[in-house]
Amino acid sequence: MKLRRRLISILKSKNWRFVPFLLPSLAGVSCFVIAPFGDVLVRSMKTMVTDSFCGLVNYQTVFSNEAFLLASKNTLYFDLVCLPLLIGLSLLVAVMLSKSRLVQALKSAYLFPLAVPTATVVLIWKMLFEKNGICNAGLSRLGIEPVDWMGSDWAFVVLIISYIWKNLGYTVLLWLSGILGISESIIEAAKVDGAGEAKIFFSIILPNLKPVFYTITVLSFLNSFKVFREAYLVAGAYPQESIYLLQHLFNNWFTNLEIDKMAAAAVVIAVLLSCFVLLLQKLWDNTPDDESSGKRKKIRKRKRGISI
Amino acid sequence: MKRKVRCGVGMGCLILLAAIICAPIVLVAFGSLKDNNELLDELLPVLAETAGLMDWKVLPIYPTLAHYKELLIDTPQFYTVFFNSIQITAGILAGQLLVAVPAAWAFARFEFPCKKLVFTLYVVLMLMPFQVTMLPNYLVLNRMNLINTQLSVILPGIFSTFPVFLMYRGFRDIPKSLIEAAKIDGAGEAAVFFKVGIPLGSSGILSALVLGFLDCWNMVEQPLAFLKDKSLWPLSLYLPEVDVSHAGLAFAASVITLIPAVFVFIMGQEYLEQGIVAAGIKE
Repeated sequence: MKLRRRLISILKSKNWRFVPFLLPSLAGVSCFVIAPFGDVLVRSMKTMVTDSFCGLVNYQTVFSNEAFLLASKNTLYFDLVCLPLLIGLSLLVAVMLSKSRLVQALKSAYLFPLAVPTATVVLIWKMLFEKNGICNAGLSRLGIEPVDWMGSDWAFVVLIISYIWKNLGYTVLLWLSGILGISESIIEAAKVDGAGEAKIFFSIILPNLKPVFYTITVLSFLNSFKVFREAYLVAGAYPQESIYLLQHLFNNWFTNLEIDKMAAAAVVIAVLLSCFVLLLQKLWDNTPDDESSGKRKKIRKRKRGISI
Repeated sequence: MKRKVRCGVGMGCLILLAAIICAPIVLVAFGSLKDNNELLDELLPVLAETAGLMDWKVLPIYPTLAHYKELLIDTPQFYTVFFNSIQITAGILAGQLLVAVPAAWAFARFEFPCKKLVFTLYVVLMLMPFQVTMLPNYLVLNRMNLINTQLSVILPGIFSTFPVFLMYRGFRDIPKSLIEAAKIDGAGEAAVFFKVGIPLGSSGILSALVLGFLDCWNMVEQPLAFLKDKSLWPLSLYLPEVDVSHAGLAFAASVITLIPAVFVFIMGQEYLEQGIVAAGIKE
């Protein structure tokens, strides 16, 4: 009885009111991800056959595994090429878009690939990049040798094009939200002071886009893992070597039930990604001109401007 | 004058880019209207790999709806697969409504010990690619005997933390004074949640749903890993299996798959944009 009363009084105190709201979600997340991840951690240090503890042997196996090294190299290379390309291109488009009319219609057009199902993308991809497909037909009309798109290193280029095609609108929108958030009056003031467009871009617009830049980097990086969908559906589990990504490797290990390697590799990647995310968050938190203080500064500047 | 010319060139580039981005979809949509002879004729180089290069005309010479008829009337299999897709998508979204909305409310409305830690955990999990969570998911699903059932795809999808994050952004913008006013009027926590939280945070909820729909409709990794039985596969996995010699069917099926996604896209574009932007604005 006493215990029950105490329990009720704890539950009634203000601090615990969040529990019924959060509990279902937290329980599910713990049950499906966090708890089994502990299991994965344990398994990564056990041999699969005898189930005995073997220390870091699995990690050694993974790091000396050729497929893992190839896939890591390709994945890293893919990100190093496609992220700057996507981020730069989308910034350019967003800046141009912020100055033009017709913004709404163009935005919809750019965002549209987000709605195109993977299956449809795959069909398009096959038509365009088959050996005798539309792209090669176009090339030969121009008098250029046809290219074996999916069977050579060009596959990598095709993958990058499809990634940019799918994510450009999304990223442009993020940039645009940042650009439109910069108050018109500072730009007007700079213009009055005789700053050229380049000067305005580099000294006002770009510094103000720093927080958006971090988000875009994180989101684009994580969306880059989704290119596996197209790559797998077009080229299968063992595509051309240059687009054999970590995602393919995990999928193949999974099909062959090589749990020990998978566990070790999953731990490695989870740790690396968490570090990356936390590091970016730290950088993000340390940005001096974050939104609220940035706005305050702007207002202060404007006020000063008026008093002068 | 120079400025005007530059503006015009920029505008031209933007429109050209939009055209390039949308061109492939137009290609498929018109392709689905071509009759069999025309399709075979034009696709022969791809099918036989010998007969020269493909000569694809954008517009069909004899437009026909025959492929749609074949797909929708003579291919009952298609309905099974279509229904699988709907089941998975609806299951995940309904579950997210039940689980993620209250969780987001808890983060936005209450202060509690370890809140920052738990929230950071949610953000990190949201950013983990499927390949990392695949094995943990599998271990649990296997123990629950759910592998090779629709639930093996639906359950982990429900507990994705991305919608919690998006909805949290929507809830956080509700002014505290409004909640205080409701409390003074005697509303309990549940009443505040249902009568103030949900109506005012609805744009965040809707944008999470729109983004969630587009993602679920395209799901490849999860069903590929957890569903061995092809009769359980969703459209996104089944369609690429359609033989190229049935190209007309593949085209028509692609367009049909596209329709729900485009419908949601058009209806929810406003929320979609809000959702994307919400994910981007710094806390």
